[in-house]
Amino acid sequence: MAETTVAKVKPAETLLSKRRKALVTDPLNSDNPVTVQVLGICSALAVTVKLEPTLVMAIAVVVVVALSNLSISLIRNLIPNRIRIIVQLAVVATLVAVVDQVLKAYFYDVSKLLSVFVGLIITNCIVMGRLEAYAMGNKPYDSVLDGLGNGLGYSWIILTIAFFRELFGSGAVFGFKVFEAIGISETGWTGAAFPTNGLMTSPVGAFLILGIIIWVQRHFNKYHEH
Amino acid sequence: MDLINLGVKSIFIENMVFAYFLGMCSYLAVSKKVSTAMGLGLAVTFVLGITVPLCYLLQTYILSEGALAGILGDSFKTVDLGFLQFILFIAIIAATVQLVEMIVEKASPALYGSLGIFLPLIAVNCAILGACLFMVQKEYDLVQSTVYGISSGIGWWLAIVALAAIRERLKYSNVPAPLRGLGITMILTGLMGIAFMSFMGITL
Repeated sequence: MAETTVAKVKPAETLLSKRRKALVTDPLNSDNPVTVQVLGICSALAVTVKLEPTLVMAIAVVVVVALSNLSISLIRNLIPNRIRIIVQLAVVATLVAVVDQVLKAYFYDVSKLLSVFVGLIITNCIVMGRLEAYAMGNKPYDSVLDGLGNGLGYSWIILTIAFFRELFGSGAVFGFKVFEAIGISETGWTGAAFPTNGLMTSPVGAFLILGIIIWVQRHFNKYHEH
Repeated sequence: MDLINLGVKSIFIENMVFAYFLGMCSYLAVSKKVSTAMGLGLAVTFVLGITVPLCYLLQTYILSEGALAGILGDSFKTVDLGFLQFILFIAIIAATVQLVEMIVEKASPALYGSLGIFLPLIAVNCAILGACLFMVQKEYDLVQSTVYGISSGIGWWLAIVALAAIRERLKYSNVPAPLRGLGITMILTGLMGIAFMSFMGITL
């Protein structure tokens, strides 16, 4: 869980007061965008068959959320209220187009794997939700921190889902065949290679795993609906 | 015949929700009552039916490489405006949604009230942008993209109404507290997805 460590190192820097620290750490657990605010579910499930594209997707979302929060926060007093959604969409779409071009230029294989889901960052509710709920009414620096926090909260959820889906689905982590490496494939109890588990690689596995993650997380942070 | 196949395929086999996870936000948030789900499903189908062919025209006659040459002359033969795809598609979608919002407000104030914030949010419903991008990727023509748009809308509609019906019943069951709401809904969607997987065996 690299994200959590990043969040914990930050308070040591002088620029970060307690309130600002909370901006980054709250979305990791108690105010998580995916499991608590129910935002950005689509891409959380779609790209999580393997860890590698998931990691790229997570980085792309963190970059887009942080930068769009920054840009909207900078121009928040200039945006007429009636057309704010269009302005936000234009800013986000531009940033996503940049991310897409960078991916196509430097990580062509991964961008092929992610296919339309890079474009769908535009309609990722986390981005729009943070712009509406936070960046429209707060200062640029705070908005960047808020964007980072929410991006990282999203990242650790999708990385967890991808970890379980890849491990149980194709028996690997980052493409490294774990079950074969510990000998299950040759002399293990079945004597055969780890078969691909269709339930985990198909969409169904993603729904079930996210359901279970939400169950476990809400059991510990005592957030209950109704 | 091909068009019917395409329609059946996009409704059942490549269902927006169960196969591509698109439009999940409103799918989860507006599926508490069947009547609201019906209204939103109709609106999404309508928007998809309009935007996908519109995006097709935009992609073919303006954005793809060399398309501008037909309008502006040979000097534009090498111009590829593909990088503007996202921003122009989202603009078309937002405009159509605005239109639908005005129609619904006039025609059915009750539905307008119950859809609330989710009507303008159709603009950021990933099912719409997703269908437009898939249309480009799968290289459909104008008629095919119209059929694709409408039938993926119907597929989404079917999914949200089915879920809403289950959740109305779920009120009477004793779900563990941390699983209530989102958690049980995800697991339900997974189980519904298993049911929809049985359509995968159909060859068209």
